Amino acid sequence: MEIKGQVWKYGDDVDTDVIIPARYLNTSNPKELAKHCMEDIDENFVDKMSNGDLIVAEDNFGCGSSREHAPLAIKAAGVSCVIANSFARIFYRNSINIGLPILECPEAVAGIAEGDQVEVDVDSGLIKNLTKEEEYQAAAFPEFMQELIDAGGLVNYVRRRVKNNE
Amino acid sequence: MGMTMVEKILAAHAGEEEVKPGQLVNAKLDLVLGNDVTTPVAIKEFNKIGVEQVFDQDRIAIVPDHFAPNKDINSAEQCKMIREFAHDKEITNYFEIGEMGIEHCLLPEKGLVLPGDIVIGADSHTCTYGALGALATGVGSTDMAAGMATGEAWFKVPETIKFVYNGQLQEWVSGKDLILYTIGDIGVDGALYKAMEFTGEVIEDFSMANRMTMSNMAIEAGGKCGLIEPDETTLEYVKDRAQRDYTVYKSDVDAEYAEVIEYDVSEIEPQVAFPHLPENTKGISEVGEIKIDQAVIGSCTNGRLEDLRIAAKVLEGQKKADHIRLIIFPGTQEIYRQAMHEGLIDIFLDAGAAVSTPTCGPCLGGHMGILAKGERAIATTNRNFVGRMGHPESEVYLSNPAVAAASAIKGQIVGPREVR
Ligand code: SF4
Repeated sequence: MEIKGQVWKYGDDVDTDVIIPARYLNTSNPKELAKHCMEDIDENFVDKMSNGDLIVAEDNFGCGSSREHAPLAIKAAGVSCVIANSFARIFYRNSINIGLPILECPEAVAGIAEGDQVEVDVDSGLIKNLTKEEEYQAAAFPEFMQELIDAGGLVNYVRRRVKNNE
Repeated sequence: MGMTMVEKILAAHAGEEEVKPGQLVNAKLDLVLGNDVTTPVAIKEFNKIGVEQVFDQDRIAIVPDHFAPNKDINSAEQCKMIREFAHDKEITNYFEIGEMGIEHCLLPEKGLVLPGDIVIGADSHTCTYGALGALATGVGSTDMAAGMATGEAWFKVPETIKFVYNGQLQEWVSGKDLILYTIGDIGVDGALYKAMEFTGEVIEDFSMANRMTMSNMAIEAGGKCGLIEPDETTLEYVKDRAQRDYTVYKSDVDAEYAEVIEYDVSEIEPQVAFPHLPENTKGISEVGEIKIDQAVIGSCTNGRLEDLRIAAKVLEGQKKADHIRLIIFPGTQEIYRQAMHEGLIDIFLDAGAAVSTPTCGPCLGGHMGILAKGERAIATTNRNFVGRMGHPESEVYLSNPAVAAASAIKGQIVGPREVR
């Protein structure tokens, strides 16, 4: 999967309430959710970003609620990848489960500035900063998680297992 | 080498002799939980998996509590979808309005979560059941779907941080204050990816309500779960509630911890977490003059009978300040009824409070108490993120029920000593 785009940068503790405020959770339609993605932290996010752009943030991205609506909104808004120093664990798990590529890489977070053009190879964890001509290496996923990602998320993975057991 | 409670529970459910932090395991689930926000997404995913039936109709709990009673047409559609799914799949533990409660108050009360269980819930405060000695953790809707289909989930065995609380509690200091203090100390990612274990003489003396309040907010420190070893108090609580067998797991004395953190509680006063993170805590004496527009008492953190009793103790014979809205929402129907029998509801009504049917409503800025631009609330809930209770430019301060009640009387944030 090709990931390449411009970076929008945020700080620590970007929580799920600002990624997708609870007032919009009376629907689970990803397209509806996407309209309000990041609204309470960056009102114009959806208007200014282009399809394929990346979010880069510092510590504890996605903290707070377990709402899968958060990674769903980010994915449906067209964000191709999120890179952070660290992720809150439920957000991390949800992203893997729904197939939103996310990478932990403090070097990349330190090196990348807002507006930089960045290219990512999720399989190898290699992050290229095209603007600054720098490269950063994120740790590759453990084997089991890579399997989940390759299967296209948890549901596909389980569907295959259920089929094989029949 | 010994094992922690969490390691033992995971090992037992994964059919392993032993597990180590960092290891990925597939474990059997005792209960899978969802609410009216997360279950609709889970149903869509469940339907893609290609199984007809859920793994066990008695091991799934679905609770419409977030936007229920239905706040608008969209929420009505979501509640309808989960109601029909529950009916269709013959799910035993679906709780309709009138018999429901806020999920994390309701499930322990119904005896659906027990010591030694592994519970996943598509709600981050599922960690509440750690208070019973269960490994309970929040997940997303896709995990809920897979859990409903297979009765299993994958876990990374977490490291555990042990917290030890000793000393003499000050008056009006409760589990809420200890957990806020702890989060203030270690930060909102202080326990990221880790299990928390709450121990010490103070915890041993704590009621189940106080224990649940503490485990409830493990997630606010980034924790995967927050466990308390089952003891007499726990077993007394589950005795008449449990309808199936359970196992008590205790950490070995030579278990390995990522860290051991000790607190002398004698120095801890009632805590207030300032906007916009639960880690921004201050002792009540350092709060300064903060006027409020609304006080909210309830939620899965502090909506239990004991919490209402404390609020009533502060509010008895008093009135809320004129310009204030005081909203009290009991955790479950049972709690509501008991509060009525004990005369607590009368005290609340006399104080000028609006008392609501159990719902998450105001806690997540859903309905029943949304804040306008620039407004401030004190709340016994667990999150004070930007926009959590309404307008992005509103503010939420977190506290225990006594402080929230006292603040409602004064119209600004004060401790209960100022009014009693
Ligand atoms: S009361 Fe608040 S924190 Fe608890 S489950 Fe409901 S919305 Fe979540």
